Amino acid sequence: MQSIPLPNINLPVPFSPEQASTFAPHVDMLYVYLVTLTAFFTLGISAAIIYFAVRYRRRHHGELPRPIAGSMVLELTWTIIPLLISMTIFVWGASIFFKAYRAPNQAMEIYVVGKQWMWKFQHATGQREINELHVPVGARVKLTMTTEDVIHSFYVPAFRIKQDVVPGRYLQTWFEATKPGKYYLFCTEYCGTNHSGMGGYVYVMEPAAYQQWLAGGTGSESAASQGQKLFQQRGCASCHQVEPGGQQGRGPTLYGIFGHQQQIEGGAAVTVDEAYIRESILNPQARIAAGFQNIMPTFQGQLNEEQILQLVAYIRSLGPAGQPPGGAGAGAQPTGPTTGGLPPQQQRANPIGPTSERQAVPAPQAPPAGSTGNANRQP
Amino acid sequence: MSNELIQGSSGGEWRGRFPTVNYLNADYGIKSWLLTKDHKRIAILYLISVTFFFAIGGAYAAAIRLELLTPLGDMMQSHTYNKVFTHHGIMMVFFFLIPAIPGVLGNFLIPIMIGAKDLAFPRINLLSWYLFMAGGVLTFAALLFGGVDTGWTFYVPYSTNFSNTYVTLAGLGIFINGFSSILTGLNFIVTTHTMRAPGMTWFRLPLFVWSHYATSLIMILGTPVIAITILLLALERLAHVGIFDPALGGDPVLFQHMFWFYSHPAVYIMILPSMAVISELVATHTRKPIFGYSFVAFSSLAIAVFGFLVWGHHLFVSSQSVYAGMIFSLISFVVAIPSAVKVFNWTATMYKGSISYDTPMLYAFAFIGLFLIGGMTGMFLAALGFDIHVHDTYFVVAHFHYVMVGGTVMGYLGGLHNWWPKITGRMYPEGWARFAALIIFVGFNLTFFPQFLLGYMGMPRRYHAYPPGEPMWQVLHVMSTGGATVLGIGLLIPAVYFIWSMRYGRFAPANPWPGTGLEWRTPSPPPTENFAVTPVVTWEAYEYRPIEELEVIGPGEPDQPIGGQHPANRGVETEERP
Repeated sequence: MQSIPLPNINLPVPFSPEQASTFAPHVDMLYVYLVTLTAFFTLGISAAIIYFAVRYRRRHHGELPRPIAGSMVLELTWTIIPLLISMTIFVWGASIFFKAYRAPNQAMEIYVVGKQWMWKFQHATGQREINELHVPVGARVKLTMTTEDVIHSFYVPAFRIKQDVVPGRYLQTWFEATKPGKYYLFCTEYCGTNHSGMGGYVYVMEPAAYQQWLAGGTGSESAASQGQKLFQQRGCASCHQVEPGGQQGRGPTLYGIFGHQQQIEGGAAVTVDEAYIRESILNPQARIAAGFQNIMPTFQGQLNEEQILQLVAYIRSLGPAGQPPGGAGAGAQPTGPTTGGLPPQQQRANPIGPTSERQAVPAPQAPPAGSTGNANRQP
Repeated sequence: MSNELIQGSSGGEWRGRFPTVNYLNADYGIKSWLLTKDHKRIAILYLISVTFFFAIGGAYAAAIRLELLTPLGDMMQSHTYNKVFTHHGIMMVFFFLIPAIPGVLGNFLIPIMIGAKDLAFPRINLLSWYLFMAGGVLTFAALLFGGVDTGWTFYVPYSTNFSNTYVTLAGLGIFINGFSSILTGLNFIVTTHTMRAPGMTWFRLPLFVWSHYATSLIMILGTPVIAITILLLALERLAHVGIFDPALGGDPVLFQHMFWFYSHPAVYIMILPSMAVISELVATHTRKPIFGYSFVAFSSLAIAVFGFLVWGHHLFVSSQSVYAGMIFSLISFVVAIPSAVKVFNWTATMYKGSISYDTPMLYAFAFIGLFLIGGMTGMFLAALGFDIHVHDTYFVVAHFHYVMVGGTVMGYLGGLHNWWPKITGRMYPEGWARFAALIIFVGFNLTFFPQFLLGYMGMPRRYHAYPPGEPMWQVLHVMSTGGATVLGIGLLIPAVYFIWSMRYGRFAPANPWPGTGLEWRTPSPPPTENFAVTPVVTWEAYEYRPIEELEVIGPGEPDQPIGGQHPANRGVETEERP
């Protein structure tokens, strides 16, 4: 699939959002092809029907046309030709899809947590944002996403990307922005009362401006360093070694473990990735590392999704030098200082605004954020 | 109403009256209707009830369109809006689109078309209607008492752990309604197999029956899955069993697989009966056998079979694996082909036909045009890379309204006009009906075409407000609301003249168009047992002969003319009344 060259269009397509990512021209070109096909068939068949309706209109009451039973040649023609045409659409669509869902190895990593009704972002360098996301132009950005409550969907029309976020899973998508600007971010999976207000903006910035934004970033530490603190506070360190060559604790040593194969009880092996680390924190007995006792307690309900992502970032950072926290940079990977104040503009970014603001009663009947209880449920 | 003689039409060429005894006047009183086992009377019960539910669903649609006139959510609160679109979807999908054509036209016509006296299980047929009403009333009660805000798709974990609305009660209504669907499907299948008149071989069946047979297969195979899904949802909500909740080891995406395993084939439950109607309308109003009869017949079965294998195209961005997505995409393109084959065959049927411009044919024209756009945009959505962008946007909303309203509703209205003379024994006013068909066609396109553009521009569905910074979005929404107003008015016109025609419409002859099916070979309205004698079929499907040969089978009603009158004389609204 990767070998198929994707045609693209850089002309403005009427009634389409801006083209601001590397996918956008591909999707627009496919759109133009599909619209052309639809116009051809719809207008062609409509013209035939209108012609027949006029040419063969009923001229007198007792008219009896000569019956025509059918034609195998015609039936085969209009079965096979549409099938072949539809296969061209299939191949074209699938090749774009394949590209969109195979995240590149070298990319800037950003963690995303959806929550009724906001998007929370954490950059590898520690900057945290709500409902707005700043990214540099020309860099590959990989989003690792989950949700604290219901299913949401991350959608940036200008980038032509969309990915549902599902509780209990890490899902990924990626993009490479091609044009600086301010673009809508929407939630496109219905998520409850303020679904229409769950959105914001993606700010695509020139690299220099982005570095400036980073420099003015928050005073918080990097995700990995926040994870390190949690690692100490929650007592993880009492069982898990994080230094190379040290004595094994009661749990596996975590140094250099990320991305490697781990033997598990029962003989199988598993790649240590974000999802496995998350599972091991929340549901430790699911897949136990070979040679260890089932003694780790679950942290279900004690850590929120952002904290788990920080722990993941920390464990990821444990390893030989040259494997910087948050994965290898893609050239545009910021290396600037992570100290400073709040992001320059701290305005609430939301294209529609929280819809409850316009309501007589703010956020009515909304269950407490993150609540999974159903005490107030109607039958 | 019986034996009422009137003066003839303005043409003065015939005098009409009802047959002395027919299914409408064979018995009187509310009990004779509510306890009837006559498939024709049950069809009337369905007609009244689906019209009621359609009106409710339409009222909710009006509220949605009014809210979207302005970008700000200034008419209702977001919570209210969420309930409104949920109610619109639930009412339209489960209580109108799925039961409408099989319940009304299928029930009325299948036994007559195959030359039977009734369906195979008349009591079960009545039970189907009662289950439908029980489900409808329960669900409607859930909506009235507090409503549901999950969307008609009931996605977990929102519907199980978060929504504080009447999810379980609405689900119970849909669960019960499912059994109505299963029993109707069972009845149609057994009837088609065992009740055909002598000589009515499978390949002499009207295509209406073939398509309903395919629909019935989906009903009995698919509906149990939605029943299980709703049951599990209720268990999860009430007892936290952990089927779908990841905190309990469940999988929320499993719900989507189960839901769409039924709900995608359900789309074919909606469109196949409409295709059934269109085949009849095209044959009758061109006076030609359907071009490629067996291809049209088998394409219905192909749609029913392949329709079960494409549910994953609703999950392209739901975390389904890339390779599963590719397979579902591929099969989705394959399922489009039998639908295309039907469209080509209908078009070819018109070639060298005798095409009338009566209202049913106008709806057939409308169906083909709108279904072409609806079907082709389905190919857009089946293309994986394209779907990423437009999934859950107004593009999808526009697409499925083109298929369901442009497809199902056009077929339903066309069928209702075509068989109205048979069902009621009265003609509807042709002039008004043509006018209404035009208004509906224009209103429909004005409503839904702008939504394709909105969707491609990125407007997500189920939004009660949209960015005020996008003036073009508002322009398109205003067009859509304007179109919905025109469409609403267009739909009210038939409601008025159909009711009017039941009392004031001209009496219908046995075979007004004329058509070749057995339903046109019995008086209008038919007697309770459908035919005076069991018909023996010696002709092929759609075998057109001079009108004199298409007479009523058995000793007909001496006072009722067989054939139609000249179309020019059909202006009923100008007719003098006795």
